[in-house]
Amino acid sequence: MNSGPFYFYTRCHLVRMLSLKATTPEELLEGIKKAPLSSIYYHTHRFLQQHHYLSPEPPNDFAFWLSNALNLKELGEAFASVDTVRFKNIEELRSKFISILSAYLSSGRPPVYAPRGMEFHFLACTTFILPTRYVAHNLKEFLEIISKISIDSLYFHIFEAKMRLEKEENDFTYWLRGVGEEKLAEELSRLDPYTMTLEGLRQKIISIVKKYV
Amino acid sequence: MSEIKDYLPIVGPGVIDELYLLAEKLKGKIVQNINSTAVGGGVAEILTRMIPLLRQLGVDARWDVIKGNEKFFSITKKIHNALHGRDEEITSQDLEYFLEVNHKNAQEIDFSGDIVFIHDPQPVALVDKKKEIGKKWVWRCHVDFTEPQTKIMNFLKLYIEKYDCAVFSAPVFARDLTIPQVLIPPSIDPLSEKNKELPQEIIDSILEKFGIEKKRPIVTQISRFDYLKDPLGVIEVYRKVKKYVDCQLVLAGGGATDDPEGMKVLEEVKSAAAGDPDIHVIFLPPASDLEINALQRGSTVILQKSLKEGFGLTVAEALWKAKPVIASAVGGIPLQITHKYSGILTYTLEGTAYYLKQLLNEPEYAKKLGLNGREHIKNNFLITRHLRDYLLLFLSLYYEGDIIYL
Repeated sequence: MNSGPFYFYTRCHLVRMLSLKATTPEELLEGIKKAPLSSIYYHTHRFLQQHHYLSPEPPNDFAFWLSNALNLKELGEAFASVDTVRFKNIEELRSKFISILSAYLSSGRPPVYAPRGMEFHFLACTTFILPTRYVAHNLKEFLEIISKISIDSLYFHIFEAKMRLEKEENDFTYWLRGVGEEKLAEELSRLDPYTMTLEGLRQKIISIVKKYV
Repeated sequence: MSEIKDYLPIVGPGVIDELYLLAEKLKGKIVQNINSTAVGGGVAEILTRMIPLLRQLGVDARWDVIKGNEKFFSITKKIHNALHGRDEEITSQDLEYFLEVNHKNAQEIDFSGDIVFIHDPQPVALVDKKKEIGKKWVWRCHVDFTEPQTKIMNFLKLYIEKYDCAVFSAPVFARDLTIPQVLIPPSIDPLSEKNKELPQEIIDSILEKFGIEKKRPIVTQISRFDYLKDPLGVIEVYRKVKKYVDCQLVLAGGGATDDPEGMKVLEEVKSAAAGDPDIHVIFLPPASDLEINALQRGSTVILQKSLKEGFGLTVAEALWKAKPVIASAVGGIPLQITHKYSGILTYTLEGTAYYLKQLLNEPEYAKKLGLNGREHIKNNFLITRHLRDYLLLFLSLYYEGDIIYL
């Protein structure tokens, strides 16, 4: 069990283009099967990071494309409603998308094509992780730092850690358990970060931690 | 010239800290930019702003320009048009001369960079020097690559694939290449003359200068007079809406006076607008950035009804000013606007009129779209994000894998 200080990190993405595109649900399925994990990650988390101020329930790129480019509202909704937080890793998330799309395609629907210029372009990302100058030695410092770290840093410790790096929990709850704040860790681990804006999430964490300081 | 600290109040300390952290990791590396012109054109404009900022961050960024004569640049102009999908006759002699000039430049340039960062097609063949001197080579394409002519694309591909990496501005420009391709969209500078904050008096005086009334709604499209920007369609949109809302229309933009097509479009627009004192057709001379800024800031709603668009940075400029924008879903515009969240995307003239009427009648909703739009631009399309992407790009040349610990 780690009981040392908490080092805040941040992360940046460099977006890569994959020369892989889809114009139909069939091609989307093929692409989802073929694309690297960092691509599935990017398309399920990009909306969240780019639009974190807009909507508390951001759809993933696949859902957005199915609903808006192909006008397949039902299928789009099925993709949007995938409970991302339940999945421990991206491979499981990929399998879920494959099973939804395969079920849809086996039901013999008429073919649909994206209009020209609205094809789905598969992208992926390289993630750079680097330390910031913030270190928390106790709960009080943790609370102070949480209110001033960048949204990228918050994002890294909540989303990257849990899903992309395949950790069972996020970095905050892991550290809190280590320093004996079991109850606080438990309370934070019940938050569903995917259903609030990042700024909303920050405020929520602050209000919970305050109760324990 | 802006300094890096001037961006702090706009983007916050977290973003600036991050730039310094990344730049620190590039210590000791020289980044040598090479393009074809020191002044004029978008690339020179970007480099003029970027290089001093990279240097302030501690990156040894340098800039060289290739030499070419009129014959060379008339060939590169043809290549540029062909990449835009235009039917251009480029002969094998043209291509030979293009290579000859590139190879001559390759002999003369001092390749001092650890990273040689080549911009656009004109100097693309300098990469032939790579086998002799090694180093990391990156090709940055600023051109709209949606439907390039196959023949010229195949020719360029021979050189592009010799680079370590290619950079494009939009996903739609991705090509089937054997080298890694990176997506780095362009950006706007919030401190430039075109985008900086303006006192209300300046906005008012510029509106007054053009005879535009501040009290009635102002609908504006800023773009050069070009059929692809559909200014005549914008007038039709205005006429449909004018029946219900007493608004004014501003069509403002520049254009080269030696471009016969531009002048023809301007005349057509003027005659379509004739007789309606509420349509203001404004032909702006070069260096009218302040006027553009004021017209955008003075507007109620901004349109960008283009039929075709590269990236369409005028949309980012308008959104940065927290203006509600209605734009066609073409080129890079859908990257800048999420429909009904940060603006409105339309496909038809009728749809544009429908939403324009709605935004003019629902100022609260319009305001919300504008504010969301500004936030989106702040997070994704400012020069600070562009700088960060470049730093990441340079660093990526020295690492492998999807996750890199710095």
